[in-house]
Amino acid sequence: MGFRVRPVTVIQGKMAPLPRANVDTDQIIPKQFLKRVERTGFGPFLFYDWALDEEGEPRPDFVLNRPEYADALVLVSGPNFGSGSSREHAPWALEDRGFEAVIAPSFADIFRSNCHKIGLLPVVLSEAEVAELTRIAQDPENEVVIDLETHTVAAGEFKASFEIDPFVEYCLRNGLDHIALSLQHAEAIDAFEATRPGFKPSLA
Amino acid sequence: MAAKTLYEKVWDDHVVRRGGDEPDLLYIDLHLVHEVTSPQAFESLLLQGRTVRRPDLTLATVDHGVPTEGRSLGIRDPLSRTQIETLVRNCERHGITLFGIDDPRQGIVHVIGPEQGVTQPGMTIVCGDSHTSTHGAFGALAFGIGTSEVEHVLATQTLPQAKPKSMAITVDGALPTGVTAKDVILGIIARIGVDGGVGYVVEYRGSAIEALSMEGRMTICNMSIEGGARAGMIAPDETTFAYLEGRNHAPRGAEWDEAVAYWRTLPTDPGAEFDRYVDIAAADLAPYVSWGTNPAQTLPVTAVIPSPDDFTDALERDATERALHYMDLAPGTPITDIEIDRVFFGSCTNARIEDLRAGAALLRGKKVHPDVSAMVVPGSGLVKLQAEEEGLDRIFKEAGFEWRDAGCSMCLGMNPDILSPGERCASTSNRNFEGRQGRGGRTHLVSPQMAVAAAVEGRFVDVRSWM
Repeated sequence: MGFRVRPVTVIQGKMAPLPRANVDTDQIIPKQFLKRVERTGFGPFLFYDWALDEEGEPRPDFVLNRPEYADALVLVSGPNFGSGSSREHAPWALEDRGFEAVIAPSFADIFRSNCHKIGLLPVVLSEAEVAELTRIAQDPENEVVIDLETHTVAAGEFKASFEIDPFVEYCLRNGLDHIALSLQHAEAIDAFEATRPGFKPSLA
Repeated sequence: MAAKTLYEKVWDDHVVRRGGDEPDLLYIDLHLVHEVTSPQAFESLLLQGRTVRRPDLTLATVDHGVPTEGRSLGIRDPLSRTQIETLVRNCERHGITLFGIDDPRQGIVHVIGPEQGVTQPGMTIVCGDSHTSTHGAFGALAFGIGTSEVEHVLATQTLPQAKPKSMAITVDGALPTGVTAKDVILGIIARIGVDGGVGYVVEYRGSAIEALSMEGRMTICNMSIEGGARAGMIAPDETTFAYLEGRNHAPRGAEWDEAVAYWRTLPTDPGAEFDRYVDIAAADLAPYVSWGTNPAQTLPVTAVIPSPDDFTDALERDATERALHYMDLAPGTPITDIEIDRVFFGSCTNARIEDLRAGAALLRGKKVHPDVSAMVVPGSGLVKLQAEEEGLDRIFKEAGFEWRDAGCSMCLGMNPDILSPGERCASTSNRNFEGRQGRGGRTHLVSPQMAVAAAVEGRFVDVRSWM
């Protein structure tokens, strides 16, 4: 069997705060780990250069190295999260490390789309709301609840709502295979192909 | 009929199935594939019992992990070797054309598409690589995708896509002497920010853009993603047609006429509206040097390094502090005081024949500074051959540059070409992220001309003083 997307409904758990802007996918998973041909096993290399010093020793102050954040399910970060390279290895690494959602004021387009495909939930909240959640997450015991049905994020007294494309929500909640959905339109694809101009290039 | 933008026309011409409960399903005219983002897609395809729908619309090459010297000795890195062998096997199994490591046409995926003439106006083009935006220079809608989407296109030749908004970035006027296409795009990103284009497809327009060669237009569209944009496009015109005519996969005879007639209908109609407008006067642009760890942290070569105190926003202050620390730069330092250790002349941004010609013209008769190690990595095997026919290789080599084989090389350092910790590099590439060119390495993004001048002087110089 190939990779199956896990349905997303309610995510409840601890948060790890990473209040930095423009976290790029080169930081999330550096290039030397993209040489693997497997789909899993990227978790140990997540934020590798931030997590480990030049000698390969864990930096104790990096949030994901602190034992109290080891079982966080939700990463809370800054605007334009996931910018740069299209590498899907970035969401794979987050997922492999146990993350189920990322909350940020904005996401890079390709990263967000990659998350949708694998069932990792990107949640956009306002900068003020993310700042407040970052503050709440300073106490690692505080939990957050993200409800995809009601589009809400709650953490103690904190309440916020988020928007999500209805089709994306439908796919996430049902763990749908996007390719199978497109293949249901095989007749439309055949019909479109029949109308393509002859001057379009072909490698055949 | 309502006035439409170039982007809307190309989008509309590729809708297989429109909206309803699902996003528009777009037909993909060309799928470019490389070794790093495809193995998991092919594996999953096999496991699901699916096949490649249109191998004839798929073109593969090896670029990210290939060594740029000593290829006759084979690939020493066992992981890269496995990845490359996996692509060879997958292409054989599915009947996909592959420009392998020994093929003279091998090169960076965004250099070979245009070079072969498979990149044409009005097409939809995708690749598991964010710099796919390069192909938009021809008036194609071209964007980077993840591995799940690579699998999706292999299986269906389509992609469901929510439609991005549109942005017009207009650069009017003649570019000042010493200001290149690379400086135009760095200047744009410095203005709109690394997330200024998120959610948009950008059309670059205006007299400064129209005056550019195809190589220059590709440099601009290439870095659309560095401004966060989904894609960048430039309207096809006589420059585009002249570049394409006679190339391997360009239409011929009656089909050429039919194609050109269609391509002429693509430019944005007068009166068509964009969701956002950015206007830049070409006269305000200068040769730029990035000083930080994202491409918007860029200033004219005449500027000084900024201070965290220049920013009021807490995250921006923090980002500036972190960048200055990583780059080992002090506020107030003139950029022309920054000394460099390495020069990387290459990448899908600036490794085409015109870039090499411009660099060589400036370098002729000069020597690389004794404290600098410099390399040229042509964008493709054919660019390399062309440069050698023109004698450009001799100019670079006699000056002290290494002359390598084609690939992505030190743009992202997946092959052995990397910076050592602390090394400072003037790079014609597109990303200055922490560790991008090697852990602890410090990247400054510049034009080919600025890179050559820095190689000679051992520090950044205003290339205009050479002209």
